[in-house]
Amino acid sequence: MTQPITARFQLDYGSFQLDVDLNLPGAGVTVLFGHSGSGKTTLLRCIAGLQQAQQGFLKINGKVWQDTEHDVFLPTYKRSLGYVFQEANLFPHLTVAGNLQFGLKRIAKSSGTVDLQHIVELLGIDHLLDRTPDRLSGGERQRVAIARALALSPQVLLMDEPLASLDFKRKQEILPFLSRLHQQLNIPVLYVTHSQQEVAQLADHLVILAEGRAQASGSLMETLSRLDVPLAQDREAATVWQVSIAEHEADYHLTRVEFDGGSLSLTAIDAPIGSPLRVQIYARDVSIALEAPAATSILNVLPATITGIADDQGGQTVVRLQVGNQPLLAHITRKSAILLGLHLDMPVYVQIKGTSILN
Amino acid sequence: MLSPSDLETLVLTFKVASIATAMMLLIGTPLAWWLARTHSGWKGIINAVVALPLVLPPTVLGFYLLVLMGPAGAVGKFTSWLGLGTLPFTFTGLVIASVLYSMPFVVQPLQASFTTIGEQPLEAAATLRASPLDTFFSVIIPLAKPGFLTASILGFAHTVGEFGVVLMVGGNIPGKTRVVSVQIYNHVEALEYSEAHWLAGCLLLFSFTVLIILYTVLKTQPVAHQLK
Repeated sequence: MTQPITARFQLDYGSFQLDVDLNLPGAGVTVLFGHSGSGKTTLLRCIAGLQQAQQGFLKINGKVWQDTEHDVFLPTYKRSLGYVFQEANLFPHLTVAGNLQFGLKRIAKSSGTVDLQHIVELLGIDHLLDRTPDRLSGGERQRVAIARALALSPQVLLMDEPLASLDFKRKQEILPFLSRLHQQLNIPVLYVTHSQQEVAQLADHLVILAEGRAQASGSLMETLSRLDVPLAQDREAATVWQVSIAEHEADYHLTRVEFDGGSLSLTAIDAPIGSPLRVQIYARDVSIALEAPAATSILNVLPATITGIADDQGGQTVVRLQVGNQPLLAHITRKSAILLGLHLDMPVYVQIKGTSILN
Repeated sequence: MLSPSDLETLVLTFKVASIATAMMLLIGTPLAWWLARTHSGWKGIINAVVALPLVLPPTVLGFYLLVLMGPAGAVGKFTSWLGLGTLPFTFTGLVIASVLYSMPFVVQPLQASFTTIGEQPLEAAATLRASPLDTFFSVIIPLAKPGFLTASILGFAHTVGEFGVVLMVGGNIPGKTRVVSVQIYNHVEALEYSEAHWLAGCLLLFSFTVLIILYTVLKTQPVAHQLK
């Protein structure tokens, strides 16, 4: 895949240093994941030009936005980007329509390829156009903010924890819009979050940041299953599989889905055959057996190969497996790992006790 | 009743106040913007200079202006060199003195409302392709509208009410520098109490109306509170 976004930044605030060198894809959603203080928002602000890194090189689709060596720094308002802030940050003196028009009026006519009506429908805000921001709910405000950024048909859409200030219900209200956006618009998205749930649901590419540095950067599936990233040890560690619906077993209230190299049975999903689907498998829900269990209540038993083993200090072992072409993580006790004599390249069977469907 | 000369002072007063308010907005807006946004070490000093007329007796300010703008003063020498003569006891001199005297009443409400607006709308505007100047006119001014109204009303009203500075710098020249407050003083000196009543009543009504507008329509915080 081509990597049309090159971002190198060095920034020193004394107590905090940012030092990253990233090549990111020009399509899909790249999630910048990290805990607070990891530098993810600072990185996004540097990309937007809202903050100026002392040393930086930033190139988007062949256009240089910053190059400190050659004294190039394009101010934010000259960058073809859309930015969604954590708080929607709508202009309170304008109506929703006024907010949507604000940027649209200021871009060159020729660069507008996105149809505003389409965006308004996509985000379900057509009935809000005449309202002022103080008469919108938090979720509505954030949807307007997303539409306002998209209306510019930017080269890249930057989103800084757009769901963080919303409660669970509002999050669930917006997530489907974000997924849809992702499927329907061909704009690369850089999405900052500290929520593993949002990572699993939205990311195609994942960058893990800690203390101002990128610990890992790669496709979601690969990065989630990397053992050298502390995320793999996390109690919430999970892998995400891209699958498609193969068969409905109405009698059992089950749906069979296929992935690259096998199939899984899930509780019935109301979607046509062939629909793409993301399935999240928590590492704690995966157990390992040396032989195919002859009699078990667990439906999803799959042959796998061990591709990595790592011990944490707390008696837990993280095992990385390959199922067909999909990587998978399993959390087992260190004792089990020793008793079973697990080692690299060993053929085993995995039993998946539970899965969650993400979209 | 108001005599023709009383009317003349009223008209002159409002003329001075209008021109001075326009000038204060013109100078005060960028000044307040800078004060609201800067991290410069000069901020405190400039703030103090702007606020000085609030605590200084008007006669002191007037005295220094008189000296500065007079034939021996630096400003006076400069204006003479330009062929403009000296400014004391002229309409222009009166306007300049009023601008300096009432400036804090314009700068401080503006500064307060610029500070309240904060960084966020500016960043949003920048990500929506608005240049800094564009942002100022399309976002900052509309958002700071209450601040501008308060600043204009206070600046105007305060200029109308000045006395000490006028007397020092402008004197008491009919039709040129004789404003209402001075005229009232003249009436009282001449024991013309009924004439003084009429003019004083006019100013009282004006001031009260202005404050009613400020506190009920614009719901502004009391001035003393704002100036902290």
